[in-house]
Parts: sequence; C-alpha cells; structure tokens
Amino acid sequence: MAERSEKQDGAAAKPEAAREIAVARNIVGTPYRRVDGRAKVTGQTRFADDLSFPRMVHMRLVRSIVPHARIVSIDTSKAAAMPGVLAFLVGKDMPNTFGILPVSQDEHALCIDKVRFVGDPVVAIAALTDDQAYEASLAVRVEYESLETIATVEEAIATSEPRIHDYSDEGNIHKKVSMQFGELEEGFAEADEIFEDVLLFEGNTHLPMEQHATVAVPEDDGRITVWSSTQTPHYLHRSLAKVLELPASRIRVIACPNGGGFGGKSDPFNHEIAAAKMALRLGRPVKICLTREEVFYCHRGRHPVLMKLRTGFKRDGRMTAQHLQTALDGGAYGSYGVASTYYTGALQTVTYELPRYRFDSVRCFTNKPPCGPKRGHGTPQPRFGLEVHLDKVAVKLGIDPADIRLNNLVQPNTITANWLKVGSIGLKKCIEAVVAGSGWRERRGKLPHGRGLGLACGSYLSGAGLPIYWNHMPQSGVQLKLDRSGCVAAFCGQTEIGQGSDSVLAGIVAEVLGIELLDIRLCVADTDLTPVDLGSYSSRVTLMMGNAALQAAQRARELVARAVSEQLKVPQDRLVFAERRVFDSEDPSKGLSWPEACVCAESRFGTLGTTGSYIPPRSPGRYRGAGVGPSPAYSYSATVVEVEVDPETGLYRVEHVWMAHDVGKAINPVLVMGQIEGSVYMGLGEALMEEQVFRRLPKNRSNALVHKHPSMLEYKSPTFLEMPKVTSYIIEDPDPNGPFGAKEVGQGPLLPMMPAIANAIFDAVGVRVDQIPVHPHLVAKALEEKARGKEPRVGPRAFPSIDFGTPLRVPTPAEGGDGQAVNQDEAKVRTGTGTMTEREEALRGTKR
Amino acid sequence: MSSPVPPGTSVATLRVNGEERTVAFPTHHTLLEVLREELGLTGTKHGCELGECGTCTVLVDGKPVLSCLVLAVEAEGHAVETVEGLQQGNQLHPLQSAFADLGAAQCGYCTPGILMASKALLAENPAASREQIAVALSGNLCRCTGYQKILEAVEWAGRTLCGENAPPARECSFGAPLPEEVQRG
Repeated sequence: MAERSEKQDGAAAKPEAAREIAVARNIVGTPYRRVDGRAKVTGQTRFADDLSFPRMVHMRLVRSIVPHARIVSIDTSKAAAMPGVLAFLVGKDMPNTFGILPVSQDEHALCIDKVRFVGDPVVAIAALTDDQAYEASLAVRVEYESLETIATVEEAIATSEPRIHDYSDEGNIHKKVSMQFGELEEGFAEADEIFEDVLLFEGNTHLPMEQHATVAVPEDDGRITVWSSTQTPHYLHRSLAKVLELPASRIRVIACPNGGGFGGKSDPFNHEIAAAKMALRLGRPVKICLTREEVFYCHRGRHPVLMKLRTGFKRDGRMTAQHLQTALDGGAYGSYGVASTYYTGALQTVTYELPRYRFDSVRCFTNKPPCGPKRGHGTPQPRFGLEVHLDKVAVKLGIDPADIRLNNLVQPNTITANWLKVGSIGLKKCIEAVVAGSGWRERRGKLPHGRGLGLACGSYLSGAGLPIYWNHMPQSGVQLKLDRSGCVAAFCGQTEIGQGSDSVLAGIVAEVLGIELLDIRLCVADTDLTPVDLGSYSSRVTLMMGNAALQAAQRARELVARAVSEQLKVPQDRLVFAERRVFDSEDPSKGLSWPEACVCAESRFGTLGTTGSYIPPRSPGRYRGAGVGPSPAYSYSATVVEVEVDPETGLYRVEHVWMAHDVGKAINPVLVMGQIEGSVYMGLGEALMEEQVFRRLPKNRSNALVHKHPSMLEYKSPTFLEMPKVTSYIIEDPDPNGPFGAKEVGQGPLLPMMPAIANAIFDAVGVRVDQIPVHPHLVAKALEEKARGKEPRVGPRAFPSIDFGTPLRVPTPAEGGDGQAVNQDEAKVRTGTGTMTEREEALRGTKR
Repeated sequence: MSSPVPPGTSVATLRVNGEERTVAFPTHHTLLEVLREELGLTGTKHGCELGECGTCTVLVDGKPVLSCLVLAVEAEGHAVETVEGLQQGNQLHPLQSAFADLGAAQCGYCTPGILMASKALLAENPAASREQIAVALSGNLCRCTGYQKILEAVEWAGRTLCGENAPPARECSFGAPLPEEVQRG
C-alpha cells in the first residue's frame, strides 16, 4: 500500500472541487494524518520512561501505609547499608509547600510531620538500579502515631477535630460556597410544581495507560532539566522553582508526550519535585516511574459528589428557579478542589434557561488520595443530576424528555443568570440529530420490556477564562521562525496528551501559509524554548493555542506577502497562499514557490520571526466566585443511548449510542471523531463500572482506609467487548471566539453519557438508579422494590444538613444587575483567603 | 579470560525482529524489561507489569504474549517480534498506516501492543470480522479511542492485506450524515 504522508486518500480525500478555488481551505476541515501519527505507530514516540541518560540512577518512594498519622520517626539505617543505595530524601529536605492552586498550597514533596492518606509519600531513595531502590524501600522503617481517620463527607462534617489540614473554611470542610442569582423565592412562587431529587456520583479515576514518570537531569552548566509526563509543564515549572528555591530560569521542564492524561497529570506531583531534588543532590540523572498501584494513589480524579436539586417548573416544562446543593469528597489535599467545587455549580445555567439560581457547596477533606480534575472537571456530577432530574420531571409532567430540553434551550449570545456569556449554541441541532437518528419519537416508551432509550445533553468550556494564578499575560503563545529553506518552525508551550494538539498547531499554521504539514517543524512543551501555554486542561488548547497560532501565522503571512508583492509588483491583497505557492489570484502563473517566497522575505526583512498570543475576553461576572465558569466558547452535546436490561438480574448492556457534538468547526474531523468516541467510551465506563472506592481494614489490622482495588484488573474499565455501536454526528455552529470557529470536543461528549444511560434504564424497566455507577445489582435492587410495590428507586435519600449562612446575592442580568454581588461585605459565607478570590478582586481593581 | 557470570545474572542470545543480540541481565527480569533496558527497544510499553492491561504485548513465534509475564531467559531460542520490527525498511505495515491515518493511536501508549496483537490476528485471518477483532483484542486496554478507530483501522489493514483498495467509509472520518429532517431544519 502506498504510504500517505499526511492527507488521506480514498473517502477522506479533499474533494477536487475545492482545489479549483485558490483561496479554499487547504487543511482545516479536512481529515489529515496526525503529525505524530507515524512516530506513534512505529514505537518512536519517546514517553518519559523511555528516556535514559548516562550515569542515570533510579528512585523509589516509600509511601504511608496508614491513612492519618503523625510521623514519629524514620529509620533508613538498614536500607542505607544495602547494595547500590546512594541517597535518601525526607520531608525536611524540601520544606516549602506547593500545590496547583495558589489558594491551597498544602502539599510537601515528602510528608514532614504527618501523613494524610495511604499512599502519601514519606521517603525517597535513590540507588544504582530500580531493583536496588525497591529492595531498599522495603527496609525503611517509619513509626507512626495514628490519628482518627475521616472517610466520608458525612464524617468530615461531623468531625472538626482532628483537622486533616490546619487551614480550611471550617474544621474538615475545606471550602464552603453559597451564591444566589436573582430572587429565588419569587421564582419558586411562580412555579406550578416544585421537584426535588437527591443523587450520588461516586468517584472514579483517570487510569491513563502510561504510569507517571519523571527523569531529572543536572546539566553541564549547573542548571537542571526535568522531563516528565505532565499535562501542565508551566505549572510544574513554577512549583519546582518554589520548592527547590531556584530561579525559574535555571530549571527547564520538558513535557514528554503523555501516554494519556484525562486530567490525571495536571497537578505538580511529589515524585517530580523529589526527583529533581535528588538529581541536584547526586549530580546525576534520576529517574522514577510510578508503579500502577502508585498511580491510583496519585489520583486527582473525579470527586465523589452527593447532590440535591430543587427546581420549580411551569406546567409546560419551563424552569422558574433552581436550588442546587453539592457536597464533594475531596480526599487529603486541595489539588484543584476549590475550582472543582465551583464547577459543580457553574455550568448548570448554560444549556437550559434558568432565570434564578442558587448554588451551595462544600468540599471536605478526607483521608483518601486527593481528588481533582478528571475529564469534565466537576461538571459531570451535577450534569448527571440535572439530566436525570429533567427526565423525571418530563415524565411527571407528561412531556417528551427531548421537548422539555428543546423548550428550555438557552439562546445564543446571552448572559446567563450567573453571568456567563454564551456565544454559539448548536444544542438544538444536536438534540434533533440524535432524536432523528435513534428513532426516538417512534421508539421511546414503545420498545419491549427490558429495552429502552435514554436522552441527555451537556456542555463544556473551551478553556477556562482565567489562568490558575492571577496575571495579565497571555494564556497561550506561539512563535514562528521562517527561513530560506521553506521550513516553518512553530514553538509553543502546549502539551500533546493524545488529543491531537500538535496536529491542530501544525494544521492552523499550514492552513494560513498555504503550505503542507511536512513544512512545519514543531517544538513544544519546553519551558526553555517555547512561549508559555498554560497546559492541556479545561479543553483550552484548540481555542487558545489555535488563536495564538492563527495570529502568529497571519503576521508571518503579512511579512511574506509584503516582500513578494514588492518583488512581483502585484498588490498584496491579490496574493494567494496555497499549495506551497504565493501567487497572483488574477494570474496564477505569476508567483513564487513557498521556499522562494521565504527567500524573498528573508532578503527584504532579515531573519524572519513572528509571535502570536491569546488572552480570553473578559467575563461580565464581577462577584466572588465568578472566576470559575467563564469561557470564550461553550461546546454542546446531546446523546441517545439504547439499553437492553435483563429484568431478572439487572444485568444490562448498552447496545447503541447516538452522539451529536457541536464543535463549532472541526479543524481535523477524523480527530474530532476520535475525541467523541473516546468520550463516549469513558462516560460509558463511569456509568457502568468505574469507581475509586475504599474500605477499612479491621481494627486489629490498623483500621486503615485502603483502596479497594488499586490494580487494572480489579478497577473495572470497558474493554473492546463492552463498547456499543456508536453513531456520531459532528455539528458545526461556529463561534466567533474560536479559531476558524472551533470549540472544544475533548471533554463535552462525555457529560451526557452517564445520565442518558440511567434514563434509558428507566425507559427499559421503569426503575431509577440515582447514582453512578449504575451497577447491575442496584438495578436488580430497584426492580425488587418495584415488585414489592415500593418506590422503584435506588439512591441516596437525603443531603446532609449544613449551615451555608447567608448566600452571596447577585442580581441577574434580567433583574438589571451589573454582575456584582449586592452583599459582598455582609455575606456570611467564608470564601477562603488567597488567590482564587484575590485575583478576581485584583482584576476588578486594575481593569475597571 | 572473562570472569564467570555472577549468580543471579543470566547471559542469553535473544532473536528480536530477526536480529540476534547477546545480553546479560538479572535472571528474574522479564522480557519486557530486557527489551526496554538491555536492548533499548522502548517501543514496547508497560501499563501494569502484572499482565492486566495488554500494553506490553509482543509476538513470540508469531503468537501474542504479555512480555511482562515472560522471563527473558524463557525467550531464548524463540523469535520475538516488537513494534520496531513491523515496518519494512521505511515502509509502514498496512496496520501502521491505517492506525496513523484514522487516529487509532491517540496518546499512542497502548498502540504498540495493539498493533502486535492485531498483526497476529491478521496473519491468521486477514478477513477477520469486527467481532473477531474485538475478541482478539479484548485483552488490550485503551483509554483514549473508545476502540472504534482501532476496529476500523484493523479492518482496513485486513482488506489491504487481502489486496483490496478499500478505505473506510466517509462516516469514519466525518461522522454520520445528518438525518434528512435535521438538515432541512
């Protein structure tokens, strides 16, 4: 078979008609081979653990075997005498704290006084070989004095002492939030009926195929380079500088291509910092690759969330007001948790019109691995709640679940009750596509008992509007270097985690300059060489890096066009850049090849280089907490799933998924398909089986709180055999803020999967499982309840009683508000101290 | 005269991708470790080192094997194939082209193992049905793709190996055509 270098031939090839129009798109909108595709199928992609260096040694961590304890003593004497052992690090060697959010700098590279979960690292050991480091790790003795262990949100609320951390809003409640948008009670008074639901979303983890790995290399000039499987090299860079107490300019972080991230490699990690410290101590390269068990302890995955929705509806299905309460089990550290907390409420308003809205939330510390951002970050849990809630209400009001959604849709270019600016919305078309494709109108409720259809929608950010730490600088930067060879080098701090960001960068630059992907050379995710991009999280890369790339490429095009225009004596606006040529649109034979055009420009202007950068538009919200939720553009998804349930056993199978996703504009449709299908898969896993859960060992065996199944065999995830047929529709409602109109696709299509499956089970057998995962034994239990004539439902009964104080009150746009709270000062709710709040205040102060 | 091999160490001649190399390594090390560390063939990945995820799949005498569960000493005298041996010269194997073109490798970490398992399947049955492919690959986990593009790519490669020039349907790259009533609206 002839090899294709970039564009596909056959079905996917560019239509000939497009070629005839000189200004037609060359690459954008065409399926093209990902630029890293060849490396990935030949084994040439270098992941962090594939690196090795002369004199490299190996590091292992000794992790806590108790969930909550004071460290009494650490004895490394026996280990130190073992063969090959070179050095140890303990907590006091790295006393500075770190953490992803400025507001929760609560981690140490190695624990100093106290351990907070089984798996918290205490000692780092370097040895000549990994075997030797492992053997030595078994010989380290750590003596602990156990403290009371907090396992759940309920326990955390009830137990203020001992505190897991000495900072928090209250006891073991890390963060408490209460915000009200508009006159809520008026809204409830207008309602014909008020509905309530309490639901639970259990935690789960990312399970990237690649275990986290880091190699730290002291350089010949005394600086240090840290290669790591990280989604956020920039934030790691900052943490390293803080903990190592080195100027950031002496530290170079290079993010290797990640073997899957899904949010799990977005925090700076203990092992990354300890490896760098160890390398500096030994003066030689140090590698650590976590075991799979350790990956489960790193976690930062989906928060378990208990939630309660109370919503007022008119008889026609329109919402008048909603009160949402969420309680997050945060695990042992802050991680992204403060942002996660806000995210469990922020996006409730961007799909269906919600005129008045109140949101209360707590995030609690517990003695378990820290939770953080997993694909969808904080929004899949309330999305599950909202979509199941709507399904139930539709049934009770006698409205088709598709119609209750269609009748409530947020209109394009509006500002929501909580002051989010929404641009393009292709949700109507998404719903119509899956409804028509699945035969929803004809088949729902009419299939044989045991067979059912469920529908749900979702929306996600195309990048968080604000950076993690407050600043006025670009959130993404791209630099281009052009020269006489015709090669264009693109430099950007963005990180390829499998989503195809390298291909988007190369594709946009090639598109604007009318050249081929093989003319572009990428240099990415290297803090020494590349302009800052904040990282691969919040689905920000295509939009933010894409806009920066677009600007840099347009500037390069302008330079080349000026030079070529002078040489050919053709007005600049008549020049076309296409097919590796720059030519006169009125006389296409008059032109230069791309390398000739570069020679022309380099002769005219000297060394050629341009930059582009991107800062998102400012959001209209001005209240405390308004920093979480804004995005330059929101993607939309709708899905219908078909299930087959065995009414005897509760075992069920998802047979078919119809998924429509509004991506604004598909830069590379085949990669968009991959993101849709991958999201369907991951959502399916969360609905069916995936859960990060814990159990207590018996009291006589330390009473420890341990992970139930820190292995890939027992942490169940879908295989080839569980995947249903997937019919995907790419919907394109271009957003003016996106490059070529593009919005995100990496996370959005996951969101509606879980509620759609729960809703389909109801359609199939008439029972509700109001918790995720929807285990078959829960379906069976609900069926038993139904058979006994009881409420055919399994799920949590009540939301814990929490004093949220006086909410922050923010009038809505419809009420004539200005985006600010009216009771900022008297609001009793504590919003913590630190940057999440400070940066918003600073932004208000300097930009007003 | 060379010194005798110290206890706990083995010396073996391994035939990998048709090439013989003699290496010394700790006797308890797996084929996975020796491929990556002593032979520098880092194309073979690891995801669990417990035989659970399929990531480290290589072929031994043409059969897919989890290299994390095989001692390197056991591989002596057998033909080992890894992802590095898949292409012919600079020419990609049809499986490799199909995976690259369809985005069946996203992060690419599970890809070498899946390519090797697929190669063994197609060598036996290039016309394998989608169900047969799914069964043959059910021991290989992938967290990125949702398996769809992998199935389409293996089918495409199978057709190529059968001599057909039949790229996947347009739907694989562009999504399903919108139902008529939606387009009208």
